[in-house]
Amino acid sequence: MENIKTQVVAILNKYIFDKKVWNIAPENPKIIADLKINSARVVDIVLDVEELFGIEIDNKTLEKIITLNDIISVIKSKTGG
Amino acid sequence: MKKRVVVTGLGIVAPNGTGKEKFLDSIQKGISGIKFIEELKNLNFGCQIGGVPDYTDSPFLSVVEKYGLSSASKTIIYSVLAALEAWRDAGIEVPPWDSPDVDYDTGIIIGSGIGSVDIFCERITPLTQTGRIKKLRSTIVEHAMLSGPSANLAGILAVGNQVSFNSSACSTGTESIINGYERILSGKAKRMIVGAADAYSPFCWSGFDAMRVTTWKHNDAPASGSRPMSATASGFVPGAGAGILVIEELETALQRNARIYAEIMGCHINAGGQRNGGTMSAPNPEGVIKCLHKTIEDAGVSNSEIDYICGHLSSTMADPIEIKNWAYALNRKGNDFPYINSLKSMIGHCIGAAGSMETISAILQMNHGFLHPSLNCEDIHPEISEIIDEEKIPHTLKKLNINCIAKSSFGFGDVNACLILKKI
Repeated sequence: MENIKTQVVAILNKYIFDKKVWNIAPENPKIIADLKINSARVVDIVLDVEELFGIEIDNKTLEKIITLNDIISVIKSKTGG
Repeated sequence: MKKRVVVTGLGIVAPNGTGKEKFLDSIQKGISGIKFIEELKNLNFGCQIGGVPDYTDSPFLSVVEKYGLSSASKTIIYSVLAALEAWRDAGIEVPPWDSPDVDYDTGIIIGSGIGSVDIFCERITPLTQTGRIKKLRSTIVEHAMLSGPSANLAGILAVGNQVSFNSSACSTGTESIINGYERILSGKAKRMIVGAADAYSPFCWSGFDAMRVTTWKHNDAPASGSRPMSATASGFVPGAGAGILVIEELETALQRNARIYAEIMGCHINAGGQRNGGTMSAPNPEGVIKCLHKTIEDAGVSNSEIDYICGHLSSTMADPIEIKNWAYALNRKGNDFPYINSLKSMIGHCIGAAGSMETISAILQMNHGFLHPSLNCEDIHPEISEIIDEEKIPHTLKKLNINCIAKSSFGFGDVNACLILKKI
């Protein structure tokens, strides 16, 4: 779990303009609202996750991804982790 | 009364130097940026030499990385690097990324001759043809759209006036300066970031190679390939880069105590209608002469005031025609002709970016009191030496007090653009 989280945070960091947002972000931050990531970049985050974990995320699942934990849950459900 | 518009910032990414200081040093020393390019040889290009800028030392590269532009079209990368240099050179701060203040008085017009063909050919075409649309990622449009240079810069600098793109083949760079100048004259903007960029990519240059308008005779001696005004000129050498200027109302420049490089006195843009000797790729002399006359009239200078012509001179058979047109338009010949040289002799023909890069070179020459050497024309074309004294073309650096510059650019479509700058 911690390992997956670290890897996802590393992906998110590629799209965060000012890393200081983590200091005030809640435990389970919303990707757009809390981490201030441009909404257009969510598709890139999903692509990175697909490539790193060797999974495929369909458009329906993509629409449900709002928070950091949403991404982790999708990865766990697809990898059986 | 007509507003007065001045140049207050310069930024350049050139094959013989990225950054104003390095570029100045190169043009003073006559350093060529033309090199042999292995990739072009492997792709069966006739012309395997070219001018490709090295921007790895640019102090603004961190901004390109921060904004995720490392994988954008080279037109965007070159433009952002050159524009940030020009902006800082003008003495203006880059605002904090999260500041809410928008500068509605400043706009950006950055053009290109060929545009972001690099991204279209290298990424969009293969991924689209193989149905891997998702892999284009969310950044593909902003990395490839023609207004990408100005749009990305507008976000970095928080500017809120006109943000757009222009294109008129090889006169694009000069046209962008004129477009910005006219917007300020009209009172719709106080300051404009203007210029043009063209990328290094075999996809940008292959069309010219197919037309055989580039030289294939100098693959073994790259630095001698670009030979404007030479009897043995055999086609242009392609180049890549960007030249960006900050221009603004004299009034605002004085208010903020800015350094003023030059005043834009006047300009004109026209086309020759592809008649009377003009074609898609050759100029109608009547159109050119009209453009030069209208520029001089607009600038309110006399023919005899022009000290220096920053030539378009691209190392083709059009060079003697250009000299002839200037001599006729100014009614000045022999020893009375203004000094003239060609930046393309050092960096090749940077397509749309040529006009703004050459304008920057002209301004630097005026400010530092010299003429840069025009390389590879020891054997001046006989049709040129018939019209003007050979001493009007410097082969080595020549110290000269320049007060008035004429800069002209010509492009496919039989289009012409000219502007006149003066010391203030």
